[in-house]
Amino acid sequence: MTRVLFLCILALAACKQDMVDQAKDKAYSASSVWDDGASARPFVAGTVARGDLARMAAVQQPPEVDAALLARGQERYGIFCAPCHGLTGRGDGRVVQRGFPAPPDYLSDRLRAAPAEHFMEVIANGYGVMFPYGARVAPRDRWAIVAYIRALQLADGEVTRGHPARDAVPVGGGR
Amino acid sequence: MAQIFHARANTIIRICLALLLIVPAGTVAAWMVVMRSDYVTGRNETVTQPVMFSHRHHTAEIGIDCRYCHSSVEDSAFAGIPPTETCMTCHSQLFTEADMLAPVRQSWVSGTRLNWNRVHDLPDYVYFNHSVHLAGGVACTTCHGAVGEMRLTRQVAPLTMEWCLSCHRAPGKNLSPRATLYDPFPTEGKSAEEGHALLAEYGIDTSGLTDCSACHR
Ligand code: HEC
Ligand code: HEC
Ligand code: HEC
Ligand code: HEC
Ligand code: HEC
Ligand code: HEC
Repeated sequence: MTRVLFLCILALAACKQDMVDQAKDKAYSASSVWDDGASARPFVAGTVARGDLARMAAVQQPPEVDAALLARGQERYGIFCAPCHGLTGRGDGRVVQRGFPAPPDYLSDRLRAAPAEHFMEVIANGYGVMFPYGARVAPRDRWAIVAYIRALQLADGEVTRGHPARDAVPVGGGR
Repeated sequence: MAQIFHARANTIIRICLALLLIVPAGTVAAWMVVMRSDYVTGRNETVTQPVMFSHRHHTAEIGIDCRYCHSSVEDSAFAGIPPTETCMTCHSQLFTEADMLAPVRQSWVSGTRLNWNRVHDLPDYVYFNHSVHLAGGVACTTCHGAVGEMRLTRQVAPLTMEWCLSCHRAPGKNLSPRATLYDPFPTEGKSAEEGHALLAEYGIDTSGLTDCSACHR
């Protein structure tokens, strides 16, 4: 009899889901502790996050430009900027083709003359209808993007209208 | 004296003996089939979301990179679900009248979250990490399928331990070149040699990948 009972208890135990849904909060899990029902908490106004000082310093200090920085810049530009500014910086990205207001041409005289700090500022805080990208693009990556934009401005001559590079789609959108 | 066992007793005993074997084996087999079924693993199910978000539209058709929205996927365990602000970078200007996007605008104006429901959900006793897999050359589509085809997001892999292990035992053939890691469509099959080359390129040490403590920590 005890043996049967023991087996029954074992069988019941196997159905408990305690370990599957543990009483801990993971990223993005729902939580009943706070009013908004989420475990992720917004920043408290006026606090300085860990690493903020280093990030602020990195904004002031341009890294040395080398091939690796440019490659990083090209990748980040493809992810975050090309949808609107286009792969060549003319402001003819896929999203603009779908009706988003066209951004100014990077190859214009005004933006060629603009200092690197202006680009840094626009990435971090946005500009007109363009939203800020500071939360998703770290300071070092911002410098990398600026370096890549400078490279685009230098390379201009080769990428004229009708050049295949202008029809290319940002990373992965090939089909 | 009357017979204790009548003529059919032998047959009945044989059937009983056979059933003694077949029933437990059948139960185990049926259980294994059920546990691997789509019903239990949640494979191919779509989930009701606050907004009918289409990956097909945003990735394959418009060409937005995964990392525009899932921005922490390369350097943290979690891929990250985009906040309302990310949608608004485009939808503050595009489709501003669409009913489909009303919840997004409402969330933006009021500052309340959009509550996206999970599509994939591993048990809490399993440790998973996105960044290690991307650094190791496993493409999004190897685990998540052809996201670029999905109008509604669904889970393609069963997410069973068997599935994780089938790759961890021999990851080579499941790796992709760096340039294609974030493509919305899987690349075509690779040869064994290419797999070996990729293993070496990414510098993967396969010795600890099937240790229990890799995933249960
Ligand atoms: C969703 C579309 C979109 C994305 C993505 C985007 N921008 Fe813009 N950007 C614009 C628009 C539109 C303008 C013009 C804003 C205006 O004049 O109101 C603009 C303007 C600019 C300007 C010009 C400011 C000036 O002085 O005229 C710079 C520089 C710029 N963006 C850089 C970037 C960089 C770098 C990225 C990538 C990190 C980026 N943008 C991503 C849409 C976008
Ligand atoms: C425009 C923003 C955007 C882009 C670009 C994007 N996603 Fe998503 N993704 C979302 C949103 C919003 C959700 C949550 C809603 C849902 O599950 O459909 C999501 C959910 C997911 C999920 C399911 C998450 C869960 O709940 O388990 C996967 C997997 C995923 N995305 C993979 C990808 C891949 C792979 C790419 C690149 C090919 C990609 N996404 C590009 C916005 C985006
Ligand atoms: C090795 C397989 C694998 C690869 C590669 C992979 N994922 Fe995932 N992904 C998972 C698993 C497993 C989960 C469920 C995690 C959980 O429940 O904790 C998940 C969950 C997600 C989620 C839900 C949020 C989260 O982090 O839990 C998103 C979004 C997502 N993946 C997007 C992506 C994108 C984008 C890529 C490519 C850059 C990618 N995944 C690559 C296996 C993978
Ligand atoms: C980089 C720009 C961009 C971002 C970011 C973006 N979208 Fe879109 N979205 C578009 C474009 C472009 C269209 C299609 C317009 C068209 O069809 O011409 C669209 C269309 C849509 C539609 C209607 C699509 C349909 O199936 O008809 C929905 C719903 C939508 N987006 C939801 C979202 C949500 C939710 C987010 C945030 C997770 C988001 N979008 C982020 C550019 C974006
Ligand atoms: C398609 C192949 C593939 C699949 C599927 C896969 N993994 Fe991995 N996983 C890898 C590779 C390759 C590495 C090694 C990366 C490296 O060492 O750079 C890895 C590494 C890991 C690590 C880090 C191990 C360590 O100790 O460094 C964990 C944890 C992990 N995987 C968990 C999981 C879990 C949990 C699942 C199933 C939900 C899963 N993986 C599915 C390929 C895969
Ligand atoms: C590559 C990652 C990985 C490794 C290595 C791994 N597991 Fe798992 N394990 C999982 C996942 C994922 C699940 C959840 C399966 C599910 O939900 O169906 C799981 C589930 C389990 C369960 C619960 C099964 C159930 O159905 O309730 C046990 C027990 C377990 N693992 C034991 C082990 C042992 C023992 C080892 C070492 C020999 C091990 N695991 C190694 C990923 C792993």
